[in-house]
Amino acid sequence: MRKWLLAGAAIFLLSGVAVAEVKQGGSMTVTYKDDVSTLDPAIGYDWQNWSMIKSLFDSLMDYQPGTTELIPDLAESYDISQDGLTYTFKLRQGVKFHNGREMTAEDVKYSLERTVNPETQSPGAGFFGAIKGFDAASSGDAKELEGVEVVEEATVKIVLSRPDATFLHVMALNFASVVPSEEAEKHGPDFGKNPVGTGAFKLTEWTLGQRLVFERNADYYQAGLPRLDQIVFEVGQEPIVALLRLERGEVDIAGDGIPPAKFLEVKNDPKFKDMIIEGSQLHTGYVTMNVKMAPFDNVKVRQAVNMAINKDRIVRIINGRAVPANQPLPPLMPGYDESYEGFAYDQEKAKALLAEAGFADGFDTELFVANTDPQPRIAQAIQQDLAGIGIRAQIKSLAQANVIAAGGEADQAPMIWSGGMAWIADFPDPSNFYGPILGCGGAVPGGWNWSWYCNEELDARAAKADSMADPAQAEPRIEEWKKIFTAIQDEAPWVPIFNEQRFTIRSDRLDGPEGIFVDPVHIPVHYDYVFAKDAQ
Amino acid sequence: MAAYLLRRLLGSILILIGISLVTFVLLYLLPADPARQIAGRSATAATVENIREQLGLNLPFYERYLRYLGGLLQGDLGRSYIQRTEVSTLIAARLPPSLLLMGAGILAELLIGLTLGVVAALRRRSRLDQGLMVLSFVGVSAPQFVVGILLIYVFAYRLGWFPLSGYGTPQHLVLPALTLGFLGAGWYARMMRSSMLDVMQQDFVRTARAKGLSKARVILRHAVPNALLPIVAMVGIDVGILMSGIVVVESVFGWPGIGQLAWQAIQRVDIPIIMGVTLVAAWAIVIGNLFADVLALFVDPRIKLR
Repeated sequence: MRKWLLAGAAIFLLSGVAVAEVKQGGSMTVTYKDDVSTLDPAIGYDWQNWSMIKSLFDSLMDYQPGTTELIPDLAESYDISQDGLTYTFKLRQGVKFHNGREMTAEDVKYSLERTVNPETQSPGAGFFGAIKGFDAASSGDAKELEGVEVVEEATVKIVLSRPDATFLHVMALNFASVVPSEEAEKHGPDFGKNPVGTGAFKLTEWTLGQRLVFERNADYYQAGLPRLDQIVFEVGQEPIVALLRLERGEVDIAGDGIPPAKFLEVKNDPKFKDMIIEGSQLHTGYVTMNVKMAPFDNVKVRQAVNMAINKDRIVRIINGRAVPANQPLPPLMPGYDESYEGFAYDQEKAKALLAEAGFADGFDTELFVANTDPQPRIAQAIQQDLAGIGIRAQIKSLAQANVIAAGGEADQAPMIWSGGMAWIADFPDPSNFYGPILGCGGAVPGGWNWSWYCNEELDARAAKADSMADPAQAEPRIEEWKKIFTAIQDEAPWVPIFNEQRFTIRSDRLDGPEGIFVDPVHIPVHYDYVFAKDAQ
Repeated sequence: MAAYLLRRLLGSILILIGISLVTFVLLYLLPADPARQIAGRSATAATVENIREQLGLNLPFYERYLRYLGGLLQGDLGRSYIQRTEVSTLIAARLPPSLLLMGAGILAELLIGLTLGVVAALRRRSRLDQGLMVLSFVGVSAPQFVVGILLIYVFAYRLGWFPLSGYGTPQHLVLPALTLGFLGAGWYARMMRSSMLDVMQQDFVRTARAKGLSKARVILRHAVPNALLPIVAMVGIDVGILMSGIVVVESVFGWPGIGQLAWQAIQRVDIPIIMGVTLVAAWAIVIGNLFADVLALFVDPRIKLR
């Protein structure tokens, strides 16, 4: 993993040489099927608006473009106290909001309190749980966050109630974006339609249901960025039509990607060959086995199921848009264990293990799945593999909301294929793959831990790992997480099936460092770094 | 007449309240939990509960409905769960494109349908007549998304005569209007054909012919207008069919109207928008029917007001 990060950074540095010579200018057109829901950084939480918000707003922290490496953004530098409880951020001076006012430490405080305030209804409020005074602020008892203190105009101190090694990642989330209080107050709940930030672009036009226009922020604090003068987002465009328009040169990026039904055709078409860029993402698709429901309370049964499923075949079913997985963490995530072997596909061994567990004749069970293509087809493949070792699984194909509801009940769904609802990390840290989906905290009614696996000992180790906030302990911390995840996989509450790959399709008018077109945090692309060849 | 209209308008309000109740019940029965949807997957149970309270989702059903109805009577359709914007703002922004498309759709279906109907009637039992009737049958039964994609492929992608999709210029309007009108055109062709055949056998047509008028004059001045009357009255009823048509057509052509808004809202279970669009569409259908009834009155004086 370390190696990968270094390689990523090296690629970026190499391309950085060319970057200096890139001229600013030009425009690009991006299409989406769905209307943009909101550009309020405290509220936006879908793939479409996530990277748009990142271009309009900045947070204290960010990632090295194209990588998962944290760098300071609106913070110039930061300091972490010995006990890991106090973070002091020195802000960059002279950074201006789109309305011309200078950003100060007061804005940082206001923005965090706004996200946590229950009236904002932010889906990201929970990420800030470690900040001192969170409970009072998030319940509405206090207007202010006790732990956030403005030391001076350009210094803000954040005190935590418990050490949180992921805190710098949290400060890089969109939910931590710095917003100007006067604009947020003026627009109230409509701030999402009138966003004002410090980002590389500013919103200049939003015609509901039709288009949005981002113009270059001439005062952006990073010299040379963004590369483009303008981005036009056209919404309401069917992905298939977007592809035809891209071929004609009317569109530069098809935001929804290549429609699954056309994937092979497009991928094998020489016309499109140079327009497609493949990358990884922080995603794992898995089958959960409910450890509270017999016979999945028996670890041998769960291991047998792990051995019974032919993951290569499932990857073929989705036209190779993924790589087979053998552990919960995706390969891009720090803590992924390359040496871990997991349970190899071996039906004979699986049958033997099942017999050992007392189910020589198999058993009857149910496999829940979301009813949108290709999920039911994947479930059928799993069903056939299970039949191979004598397990008779009945497929329950339901609307996504119903599957999520069934998973959140302790005795409803013995098995669930996560497709369409699978976990994609909020930030590149293994901790984000544990608590809600494999930890005891998620094994509650309405939670996302659908296998209801709760291992107190591992939970304690996880909590301990997340308290290793000292940067010097980063390496041992990741090592500990690596062991936690392989220990979980040995107990087999999941069958990790695959890690989805990303395929970005863009016109050959555009260029930029390769990594930004499959950026792990900016989807579909890192808008700030794309440049237009015809402006050169 | 004024009393009749007033009565009908009052009646339409009752109908709308009824529709709002039915829609509200159906959406209430959905297993989706709006509070959890807004809160997102990372939220704590306390956050979800807090949002539920703020939106009044914890109230009993009748109270939620009465609140909604109260807002509705003041023109407040609520705020979208996903877009976090006033539903009325979203609908207002998308209504003009939809009205334009529906107007063009009606024009397209009448022009195509009536012309083909007249031609088929005049060439009764010929190959042409049979061909046209088969075509109209296809028009009535072909799914609109298939027709739409076919038109895009041939006339926009292959021939490049029209833009692939979008909104803004008259060129953008042609293909969606044709797609929307294609279904209605089939109906109108069939109705116009039989209406024409009916009229052509009437005495006054024979008289006109007998007094020496040219065949063309008889058809255009006497037969067609009389055959047209019962059909034009149908246009008002068409609004319902067109309303359901725009959901598909707008999605296929990237047309920024309320049909597309509804389709997106359904996919994201954005209940306030689904409610709002349903009510606006229902209202349009009620008005369309009223229009049809009033029109029928002028067309056929035998109809009495009650």
